[in-house]
Amino acid sequence: MDLRFRDAEPTAEERAAVDALLGEPETGWEGGARTEDDLRFAAAPAEERRDQLLPALHAVNDRVGWISEGALDYICRRLGVPPAEAYSVATFYSLLSVEPRPPRVLHVCTDLACQARGADKVRRDVEAQLGPAGTSWQPSPCLGVCERAPAALALQAGEHPTATVYGDADFSDPSSFDWISPEEDTPDVPGVFGDDPVRAAVPQAGDPRLVLLRRVGVVDPASLDDYRATGGYAALRRAFELGPGGVIREVLEAGLVGRGGAAFPTGRKWEATARQFDRPHYLVCNADESEPGTFKDRVVMEGDPYALVEAMTVAGYATGCARGYLYIRGEYPRATRRLEHAIATARARGLLGEDILGQGFAFDIEIRRGAGAYICGEETAIFNSIEGYRGEPRSKPPFPVEKGLFGKPTVVNNVETLVNVLPILEQGAAAYAAVGTGGSTGTKLFCVSGTVQRPGLYELPFGATLGDLLALAGGATGALRAVLLGGAAGAFVRGDELDIPLTFEGTRAAGATLGSGVILVLDDTVELPPFLLRIAEFFRDESCGQCVPCRVGTVRQEEALHRLTKRRSAGDLVLLREVGQAMRDASICGLGQTAWNAVESAIDRLGVFAEEAS
Amino acid sequence: MTVPLRPPRRLVEITVDGEAVRVPEGDTILDACAAAGKDIPTLCYGDTLTPKNACRVCVVEVEGARTLAPACSRKAEPGMVVGTETERARHSRKVVLELLASSVDMSTTPRAAEWIDEYGADPDRFGPDAATVAQPAKVDNELYVRDYSKCILCYKCVDACGDQWQNSFAIAVSGRGFDATISTEFDAPLTDSACVYCGNCVEVCPTGALSFKTEFDMRAAGTWNEDEQTQTTTICSYCGVGCNLTLHVQENRIVKVTSPHDNPVTHGNLCIKGRFGFQHVQNVGASADG
Ligand SMILES: Cc1cc2nc3c(=O)[nH]c(=O)nc-3n(C[C@H](O)[C@H](O)[C@H](O)COP(=O)(O)O)c2cc1C
Ligand code: SF4
Ligand code: SF4
Ligand code: SF4
Ligand code: FES
Ligand code: FES
Repeated sequence: MDLRFRDAEPTAEERAAVDALLGEPETGWEGGARTEDDLRFAAAPAEERRDQLLPALHAVNDRVGWISEGALDYICRRLGVPPAEAYSVATFYSLLSVEPRPPRVLHVCTDLACQARGADKVRRDVEAQLGPAGTSWQPSPCLGVCERAPAALALQAGEHPTATVYGDADFSDPSSFDWISPEEDTPDVPGVFGDDPVRAAVPQAGDPRLVLLRRVGVVDPASLDDYRATGGYAALRRAFELGPGGVIREVLEAGLVGRGGAAFPTGRKWEATARQFDRPHYLVCNADESEPGTFKDRVVMEGDPYALVEAMTVAGYATGCARGYLYIRGEYPRATRRLEHAIATARARGLLGEDILGQGFAFDIEIRRGAGAYICGEETAIFNSIEGYRGEPRSKPPFPVEKGLFGKPTVVNNVETLVNVLPILEQGAAAYAAVGTGGSTGTKLFCVSGTVQRPGLYELPFGATLGDLLALAGGATGALRAVLLGGAAGAFVRGDELDIPLTFEGTRAAGATLGSGVILVLDDTVELPPFLLRIAEFFRDESCGQCVPCRVGTVRQEEALHRLTKRRSAGDLVLLREVGQAMRDASICGLGQTAWNAVESAIDRLGVFAEEAS
Repeated sequence: MTVPLRPPRRLVEITVDGEAVRVPEGDTILDACAAAGKDIPTLCYGDTLTPKNACRVCVVEVEGARTLAPACSRKAEPGMVVGTETERARHSRKVVLELLASSVDMSTTPRAAEWIDEYGADPDRFGPDAATVAQPAKVDNELYVRDYSKCILCYKCVDACGDQWQNSFAIAVSGRGFDATISTEFDAPLTDSACVYCGNCVEVCPTGALSFKTEFDMRAAGTWNEDEQTQTTTICSYCGVGCNLTLHVQENRIVKVTSPHDNPVTHGNLCIKGRFGFQHVQNVGASADG
């Protein structure tokens, strides 16, 4: 490969940002000072460092707010990546900009839960004060703080980049844009402002029946001592007693099923990975959480970060991984800081690293930040993103357990799935499986949002009905019209279907899905057609563009819904159905395959557009 | 030339539309369909490239699978039962053709019109306001033109330019979703990019989005006439490698150069001299600096 660059030079600031990540350049070819040696040895960068591409793009974007051509070229020289490829990666992610923009950008959530709670007004207020969207502010898909909808997130680039999270956002007063002073910084979450939500996010906080959420809002998330004093690291000790095979057996017997949306049995995935001869094995914790209406993983990570560190260590031990990647969405600054702190503390205390708890087991965790792309939560897209490529899903087969990250056997699990392993080991498989139903064991986190009295993250044993959950959350604020189960990729149920059991099998039997645990409540103040339009817009925006049914189908779906909101037409309903069927049948990945689910259920189950269709 | 001996591949038996077909292990459903004499439409598939399976026009129904499978890339597995003409498969192919033809100018895509007819696709059904990828053609060098209003985003040019053949990495997909396009870094003109004008991207482009400048200009002038063209395959005389060139000649002028994909050494790839050198011979003075 023969890299060719144009004449753009990085600024001192851009260069410093990249060097802070990658170290000083060693040779003139990488953009350092030229020496005689360089002329003798035309060396490309010594090692394969392509996987540092996204971190390097982040470094510049965090420092300057956008990525200039000079900065991109400098990154390419340092990493030996062709500029066209780096540009292709940079333009894939919505948090990165290759156009100049101010250092502070406000991301205003216009997604489902926020739309149900006044995002339109927030958007209008912001527009009135900051002008049209595009540079200083932009509309955003779900920011994962739906329990405090409407939400916004300000990201401020600089030497010490900061983030401000706005819950119950109200920008009608210009002073709401003012800076929050750095003195309000808290030590374990430097640079993250805005109200600390985690206790408020869990209305049941402190309830002794909680399992997964028992520490959230109760135990100091920064303190490893407090974590250990409240039962932390008992599961890892138990894992060492059982041995890797024993851990997998417990997880199998517990009947644990993935909580990331696909409901795949976790023990089988672990077993299949552990069995692979090819080495090394990798663990990827999927914390990309971008399904609209989902915020459970954020709450767990903000409120109990050591639990995830411990759970990943157990998973790594069981499946033979020495390295775990925690892929966390870029819009989660507080969870990221909390986990950085927890990982560093665990490492300093011998709970990560070469010889964990003196058991001769080596394992470490590296955090990788997403950069605004829902698709990167898909289990193969996440590999491409970590490896420094566009976050496009790969075709399966081969499956991740055979060829995953860097082409090696990889186990991918959701945050909530992983933290379930702790009670399984603490209580034993039998006790764990005694809770719930035959097909759905243990407890489940539910992200309750929308027009409901007490939105928040709830934990209930499997088997509770939708009605039970809504009662716990105080019911809808008005007359209940519908509930969106499972997020944008899920399905609507009617307000009179409250006895649906919230289990994998129960929701399936009802023609819906648990998905990622989204329970988005809509009362009669929420207009359904614009809500459906927002779902369609989400899929159109988030399609990676790889395959035709999804790339063009999501556009045609949105166009047809636009027309339908203005004028009912039987032809457009047929069109939606036909395009939807092709997206479901012929798309490469789950995004395209589910892009029509919610719209279909709204038409068939809620009767939207039915009345006047001719 | 010596051909390395490989152990004979085992045969796999699958059923295609009710008929038993045996193909060597590792072959795709598309290979099996070809063996059974079925004509499956393909667009993003390239005989010299790793399947990207992006267009989905080749989907078939595999019994027991939740979704349809791309014939061009899914390997035949023993006992597979494949339906190429089932209602589901035909429906998806029809809709894919509608989606493509309503958003992309397919006027120079070979066989597109035939397939649209065969599957009863109606690209106009999305109405006059349907979004398209229409944009001005990029004419930034003397050798070839990039008209992305004809691009179906099949990734073949990117793969040919990158690690699969040319290793120049001059172009890649930029943006996301419907806004994605093929582009150099910061959309720089080709003359500022890593392009070496091998034209191997033009060779694999299935839609005519990439075309010789000669062809582009003649089409614009209305003088392009494939029926009058002759094709002659010769050996390139610029260097000792001996690549095959297929010269497309109209009215005694070479109008474009392709290369046979079944050449065991070059697989249809050439360098700037073989691909575009004819212009130096023909139009003295018009040169490309690149
Ligand atoms: C478009 C798309 C987005 C996804 N996003 C996420 C996500 O953000 N988090 C997650 O855990 N799983 C997500 N998934 C599911 C993953 O592909 C995968 O099934 C999951 O991470 C496996 O973990 P589990 O078995 O523990 O659930 C997504 C799937 C698709 C198709
Ligand atoms: S279905 Fe959509 S997101 Fe998935 S690969 Fe295809 S275009 Fe990309
Ligand atoms: S002509 Fe060759 S080098 Fe240039 S873009 Fe096409 S394949 Fe790449
Ligand atoms: S330019 Fe041609 S080869 Fe390249 S992606 Fe578009 S259609 Fe495919
Ligand atoms: S934060 Fe707005 S919908 Fe989730
Ligand atoms: S030809 Fe098979 S997916 Fe395009």
